[in-house]
Amino acid sequence: MLGSYLSNFLWLAGFLLEVYVVVYSLWKKTFVRNLPINFYMLCEAAVTLGLYFCVRRFGTGSGTYAYYYYYTDFLLTVLMFWVVIRFYQMVFGEMQISQHLRKAAVLLLLATAAFSYVAVRHQFKSNLSNHYVVELGQNLYFVGVVLTYVLWGTVLKLRETRTRLVQLILALGVYFSGTAGTFAIGNLFPHLYLPFFRFLLPVFGLWLPLAWAYTFTKVPEDARLATAALVARAR
Amino acid sequence: MIASLIFVISFAALLQFFILHCRSILAYSRRVELSDRVREVTGIANQNVSAGDFDRLVQLVRLCPERGEDRKEIRVVGAYYSLLALLDRLTRSLIPSLAAWTELERQSCSHFAAVALDRRISYSRDLLTQQVADRL
Repeated sequence: MLGSYLSNFLWLAGFLLEVYVVVYSLWKKTFVRNLPINFYMLCEAAVTLGLYFCVRRFGTGSGTYAYYYYYTDFLLTVLMFWVVIRFYQMVFGEMQISQHLRKAAVLLLLATAAFSYVAVRHQFKSNLSNHYVVELGQNLYFVGVVLTYVLWGTVLKLRETRTRLVQLILALGVYFSGTAGTFAIGNLFPHLYLPFFRFLLPVFGLWLPLAWAYTFTKVPEDARLATAALVARAR
Repeated sequence: MIASLIFVISFAALLQFFILHCRSILAYSRRVELSDRVREVTGIANQNVSAGDFDRLVQLVRLCPERGEDRKEIRVVGAYYSLLALLDRLTRSLIPSLAAWTELERQSCSHFAAVALDRRISYSRDLLTQQVADRL
């Protein structure tokens, strides 16, 4: 019962924050400038709404729910790669390497899908698609962690100072690493996943719109930060 | 095997990204000087706020009328402070250099809370002045 209330709260809060990010961008007339982020938030809100109706109609134990959850999650992760590419473009600025970035991202996506397929086919002979989609989710989020980590390294190397961009990237890093870790725990301890770890995914799902909403609302566009000092003190 | 590896790397990355995110929030307040008024209210005489002052300062912040804008910041920094306190307890005797680092970080959190308190006191005074002006 408590778990159900908690899930509903996390969904509702996540949905409202995602809508807030989009509405705030429209109000500030920055929707097009941050199109990948806003489009992702819009899709995430639509998926959250769909998930709510799916649970009400079919229940969390149904196959429909599982398929809806994992497949929409996969599509959203692919969409998130667009956001990551946009961050790369923002960091690299005037270096004119957008095309190479896009090609590299598509290649990485295909390689992850192929690797997940081979790994699952090697382990499971039956019920291939169910295992595949979980494995693919875990691997895609992990690729997200690696990409964000490399992006963070680039931010440090190029001495990026835009506070807003830095906070958006760090929040994305928390989201990707938290979600990849949760998927990995699910793979390692499947019997513990439903009673405990399933709440972690909505928590990390809530983190991203919360952190981005905070950054867009509170951090001025011209705010600057010495990123090198951040890391130097963190050591 | 792959899942274990992903879990370990992701957990390490999560910790690092979370710490850096909190530090980017704290970076703002670090540059802010505390006013004499907040020093008087909190009884902080010397230049630096001590690491252990955080809870007391947050309690004082909660006594002031909410500005709404800083609620999320205080929560995130509060979570960061708790994480640091836990780390401090676990590693104090084993890794003294890490304990020194957590002490510095907790001090930054306390300074952040003092800055938030300063802002809220100013806000309360503005509200009071406005109310008095409205009555006149």
